[in-house]
Amino acid sequence: MIELRDIHFAYGAGQSEEQRPILRGIDLTLEEGELVLVSGRTGVGKSTLLGVLTGLVPRFSGGTLSGDVLIDGVSVIDQPPRERAHVVGYVGQDPVAGFVTDTVEEELAYGMEQLGLPGDTMRRRVEETLDLLGIADLRNRDLRTLSGGQQQRVAIGAVLTTHPRVLVLDEPTSALDPTAAEDVLATLTRLVHDLGLTVLLAEHRLERVVPFADRICLLTGDGGVLVDTPAVVLATSPVVPPIIELGRAAGWSPLPLSVRDARRAARSLALPAPVVEEPPAGSTVLSARGLTVAHGRNVVLDGVDLDLRSGHVTALMGRNGAGKSTLIWALQGTQSRRSGSVSVAGRDPGRLDAAGRRALVGLVPQTAADLLYLETVAEECAAADTGAGGTAGTCRGLLDHLVPGIDATMHPRDLSEGQRLALALAIVLTARPRVLLLDEPTRGLDYTAKAGLARIVAELADDEHAVLIATHDVEFVATVADDVVVLADGEVVSSGPAREVVAASPSYAPQVTKILGPPWLRVDEVVAALESS
Amino acid sequence: MTPRAQPRLSRDLHPVAWWIWAVGLAAAATLTTNPLLLVLLVTTAAMVVMARRSDHPWARSFRLYLLLGLMIVIIRVAFRILFGGASHGRVLVDLPAIPLPDWVAGVRLLGPITQEALLAGLYDGLRLAAIVICIGAANSLANPKRLLKSVPPALYEIGTALVVAVTVFPQLADSARRVRAAQALRGDASSRVGRLRRFLVPVLEDALERSLSLAAGMDARGYGRAGTATRGQRWTTGVLLLGALCGLCVGTFAFLDRTAPRWLGVPFLVGGVVVAVIGLVSAGRRVERTRYRPDRWRLAELVVAGSGLAVGVVIWQLGRAEPLVVYPSVSAMPYLSVLALGGALLGLVPALAAPPPRQPISTPLEVGG
Repeated sequence: MIELRDIHFAYGAGQSEEQRPILRGIDLTLEEGELVLVSGRTGVGKSTLLGVLTGLVPRFSGGTLSGDVLIDGVSVIDQPPRERAHVVGYVGQDPVAGFVTDTVEEELAYGMEQLGLPGDTMRRRVEETLDLLGIADLRNRDLRTLSGGQQQRVAIGAVLTTHPRVLVLDEPTSALDPTAAEDVLATLTRLVHDLGLTVLLAEHRLERVVPFADRICLLTGDGGVLVDTPAVVLATSPVVPPIIELGRAAGWSPLPLSVRDARRAARSLALPAPVVEEPPAGSTVLSARGLTVAHGRNVVLDGVDLDLRSGHVTALMGRNGAGKSTLIWALQGTQSRRSGSVSVAGRDPGRLDAAGRRALVGLVPQTAADLLYLETVAEECAAADTGAGGTAGTCRGLLDHLVPGIDATMHPRDLSEGQRLALALAIVLTARPRVLLLDEPTRGLDYTAKAGLARIVAELADDEHAVLIATHDVEFVATVADDVVVLADGEVVSSGPAREVVAASPSYAPQVTKILGPPWLRVDEVVAALESS
Repeated sequence: MTPRAQPRLSRDLHPVAWWIWAVGLAAAATLTTNPLLLVLLVTTAAMVVMARRSDHPWARSFRLYLLLGLMIVIIRVAFRILFGGASHGRVLVDLPAIPLPDWVAGVRLLGPITQEALLAGLYDGLRLAAIVICIGAANSLANPKRLLKSVPPALYEIGTALVVAVTVFPQLADSARRVRAAQALRGDASSRVGRLRRFLVPVLEDALERSLSLAAGMDARGYGRAGTATRGQRWTTGVLLLGALCGLCVGTFAFLDRTAPRWLGVPFLVGGVVVAVIGLVSAGRRVERTRYRPDRWRLAELVVAGSGLAVGVVIWQLGRAEPLVVYPSVSAMPYLSVLALGGALLGLVPALAAPPPRQPISTPLEVGG
């Protein structure tokens, strides 16, 4: 069995004042064949805890570690990760960054080559793993041509071939669309059930993982942990999926963990119909007609029509690779289009220079850090002011409005994901665009940070901005979006008010809609209805 | 019932075979200035590439090598025109020479262009271009990564480092493109240094982060696991390899330097090679690593490698037998002999002898028909 005993970890060495403790006296025992979910707010040390087990902490992170890690009673804490490779398999946050070879088959064999397994064993295990993960048809494919879900499954397969006892995964579904995430999680469950594999995984989107977890290890934030069955931990956890919030609000006991249980419990609820607020009509700020974009002969976007109205938040959804990012960059004007038109206040951003585009359409790219290049927040803000030709302090004012109280001397890299996103947003907003496009802003955000982002987006909409958000996060869409546009294979397959579009699709429906049926969308609506009745 | 002709089974040829073939062709190109022979060699390489390359991204690079070859020829000829050269021979265009100060004596700018100077430049350029194109052919036919994987186990670490380096370049280009687009989303910095900085900082940060996560991933998957070698074994290997290196250095020096004693040359060279082989084998034996589906050396590999070597050997022999064919004078029309033609065409054998390559995306099975 795998045991963590009295683990202490802190950044900074010795007993100096600089020392920043992350983990304080953690005990955790992993039984064979269980799936343990590591949860907690951003920055409490989820990845650190995973790293202690794999050996990557403190070797790749710095800091001081004490305590003991036992595998079948043998201490491995002094062994580097490579000497644990046959027992502990690790899949990082970005599977692509960990790929060493370039085809699926070679990637699966890589770990076994390092362990020096004989050729026929390798051959047999590669075939078994290809079948186990359902990726046999991809065996000769180039890893970079695969979709996100396929890449994630290959990364899992690549560590499985060495037959590890425990599989450690850091946010395996954060970059995936709902369907691909379900595929990956179903695969993991199968491994736990069929092979008796122990799985330890960290994930922000609890709504996806909780139904599969045997136990939850909640990092409480003061360096301690709470380890118990999901029902017990979630009853008090500060981070919970919507289904638990609903259960708490309705006073259900025990708390339902799956949509199926919740639906059964919800039969007893007698709720008045929700009060649906119609968003203000607004005027059309951005209008795209027949937008077609091609890479070579590949059609990426095929005749897309889209209207963004002031005061409206529109969510752009669709599979990985459906053309969401391309659409966003085409609306902004940087991505050249084959045909069609884009008009923002009568002007075409595609025909303007970079400065003209910035004033019409603001865009926050998928990796917000690409925008940042200076050493402190204050310098970034000053550079944004001079760049946009605005008065000094404009950017800082915007930032304080979005997220108050960020230390001006901080390095942008040291900010939390949510703060860094806010900084990028403030820089983009300094040019005062009417239209704002956000590409996957919720990646790496916990529920609190997401709620903060939702508030920011709602305020921008109230301020007569037109906002478009490309995202996989159905719960976030349910919270912020007025309209939803679903892209598939470069075409718009459905568009309209959020309540109608998400309710019509099983994979894009939020948990509340799944439990109570349309038109319910959010927990706060249910709470309001419960209070009024 | 007549037996139907079976289609050739596709298979990736051992990368080393393609490289031997290409080196043979390139060696032939270095040994001749006959433009007809050089063009023949380039055509041979190009035809084999057309016949046996796959659809992988690296296979499409051959066009770039052809362009590079063309540029080499043009630059070589242009330099001949610019800096004059031979002052005798048939003058084609009589350009005035630009007078230069005394301290650059020996260099002449422009001046009359002679047919001989032009042809000499053309032949020279063609030779260099042919060498580059032959190497390019090997690069498009054999996956460079597979070649690096065929290194002896003792050099595995270096091989892996090179493989990673090869992978990093396209990723770096990706990240540069992404950052450039992102930076256009915010206001412009004023100075040129500032602009360079705002572009470089995110790209380098990205590259650093990527390499750290790759290193972490490789470590977690067992890269660099300690073998079971004892201290003594490691010492033996180290001493053997160091000795081999010294032997090779001394041998090469003595071989090239005519004044050095003769006994230092060839014996040291041979000795160095032998010790190096022993060292590599000794180092390889303690490596506890295996290879998944290693490339096998079969008949087709032998034929391909042999055909390339044959081209080199034939042209080398021709240099003695028919020097006028191999090194034509610039004042007479170059021509080919039957032997030269046949020798160069030997390089075409792989177009038929090598099996067709496996394609990256398999086409769906045709049912029925």
